[in-house]
Amino acid sequence: MQTILDWISAHNAIIYIVILMIFLGIEVISRVPSVLHTPLMSGANAIHGVVIIGAIIVMGRAESDNYVALILGFLAVILGTLNVVGGFVVTDRMLEMFKKKK
Amino acid sequence: MEISLLSICYLIGSVTFIIGLKMLSHPETARKGNLIAAGGMSLAIFGTIFLYKDGGEGLHNYGWIFAALVIGTLVGTVAAKKVKMTAMPEMVSLFNGMGGACAALISVIEFQHYFRVSGIHGDQATVGIAIGTLLTIFAGVIIGSISFAGSIIAWGKLNGSIKDFSFKGQQITNIVLFVGILVVSGYLITNIDFTNLYLFYFVLVAALVYGVLFVLPIGGADMPVVISLLNSFTGVAAACGGFLYNNQVMLTGGILVGAAGTLLTILMCKAMNRSLLNVLIGSFGGNAAGNSQQAVQGNFKEISVSDAAVCMAYAHKVIIVPGYGLAVAQAQHVCHELEKLLTDKGVEVSYAIHPVAGRMPGHMNVLLAEADVNYDKLQEMEQANDQFKNTDVVLVLGANDVVNPAAKNDPASPIYGMPILEVELAKTVIVNKRSMKPGYAGIENALFFQPKTSMLFGDAKAALQKLVAEIKTV
Repeated sequence: MQTILDWISAHNAIIYIVILMIFLGIEVISRVPSVLHTPLMSGANAIHGVVIIGAIIVMGRAESDNYVALILGFLAVILGTLNVVGGFVVTDRMLEMFKKKK
Repeated sequence: MEISLLSICYLIGSVTFIIGLKMLSHPETARKGNLIAAGGMSLAIFGTIFLYKDGGEGLHNYGWIFAALVIGTLVGTVAAKKVKMTAMPEMVSLFNGMGGACAALISVIEFQHYFRVSGIHGDQATVGIAIGTLLTIFAGVIIGSISFAGSIIAWGKLNGSIKDFSFKGQQITNIVLFVGILVVSGYLITNIDFTNLYLFYFVLVAALVYGVLFVLPIGGADMPVVISLLNSFTGVAAACGGFLYNNQVMLTGGILVGAAGTLLTILMCKAMNRSLLNVLIGSFGGNAAGNSQQAVQGNFKEISVSDAAVCMAYAHKVIIVPGYGLAVAQAQHVCHELEKLLTDKGVEVSYAIHPVAGRMPGHMNVLLAEADVNYDKLQEMEQANDQFKNTDVVLVLGANDVVNPAAKNDPASPIYGMPILEVELAKTVIVNKRSMKPGYAGIENALFFQPKTSMLFGDAKAALQKLVAEIKTV
């Protein structure tokens, strides 16, 4: 019990962020028209590509003789970049077609 | 100094994600919103590369990092630019899978790193990891792997290379597997030492298998919901990385997408009038379809291209109902041509868009927008349903389940309760399909056997081209 309470008070800021972000995430897209469901899903997909930052940190901290970490980290950065770049470009392509043409 | 600069980069990044997501939910600002989020992302990435300090030490292995970034950027850009409009849903699924795999790999490397460091320091009895860290590593590897394996299956299903597959007792297997993953992880988190480390890799493999089994039995019509759900999973997996490194931008981005993705999933389920649980258990096509099928029998009649052309050219009002068939045939341009031609002849033409027509919500809007179809011509479901009774001809292009009257009047049907386009209210219905095969839900459609319905068989693009040529001569 004590450990749980300690953990909560030690990670207070993080817990606040998580709770606020849950509400914000729901609030921000609650009034999206169905036309935009696909681009929105694609855009959200690109945003969770932020995981690439973790991959960069892992890669940048790996000791130069730890080949497992280097190879897996290299792969992780490639995959993360694909998620970010591919995600934003696909979303942009979808939205490009929505622009008003007169 | 660098550290404070980096936190400012992360702060700006987090704010752009929120603003970007907000702008993405309005048509006028959506594109700008996407660019803003992309800008914030670049700032956070380059900030991390140049400013990150770990115990006073900067990052190294820059060569590897930049090589990976360049490869990822080139491949990602080319793939995203080259993909056909119709294949976009599976592309999103694939990119989502990449993110999930990235999160899982981070956990694997961190795990391996702790294990290695403890080994070097000669502490053979226990691995030096705090329980909280272990918990996030396990959560990351489990959620990331499920998301990766599931997304790859969803991708394969959407492009047709993987068929629906289920076996007896699959539900039980899934539950046992999932409980097994949790039990083994729980045991490891509390009792890890050098003798049971290998069990971590068991968890990794089991999570991958679970991801495959989880998506495999779910019907193709439900893939958008599954992709959206896996999308929010990856968000949570990214947030686990945020916990691991105490990194606010990963935490905000991940949780934001996790929450928004879950809501989006529920909104999509609502559009089909089904619960999320119902989608996930995958009752589609399985037990329920058997007893509803005998109700639909009888004869259908075919219509020739010239008859269809005359029928449409002399109508007052025509509504086009596009579906997946239009998308696979890439028939959106010739469809627009048909619409212009009929409008020139004084026919009132519009499109009725079912919220889940095609493979993803909004799929049809994206496709028709690509073909320069005017916004005002697109009608949403409720709007269109009011108009069908005053409509002379409804042209259904490769849509099936979204116009199936069984959703309204057959309680035994697996799609019962799903809102549909009530095309049978119109005077005449012309259905273009490649064959009489059932649609993605795997059920027969009574609409095709009604006296006012005629079938125009063939690939949507070829059929429309003939129709256009024929109408020009009328």
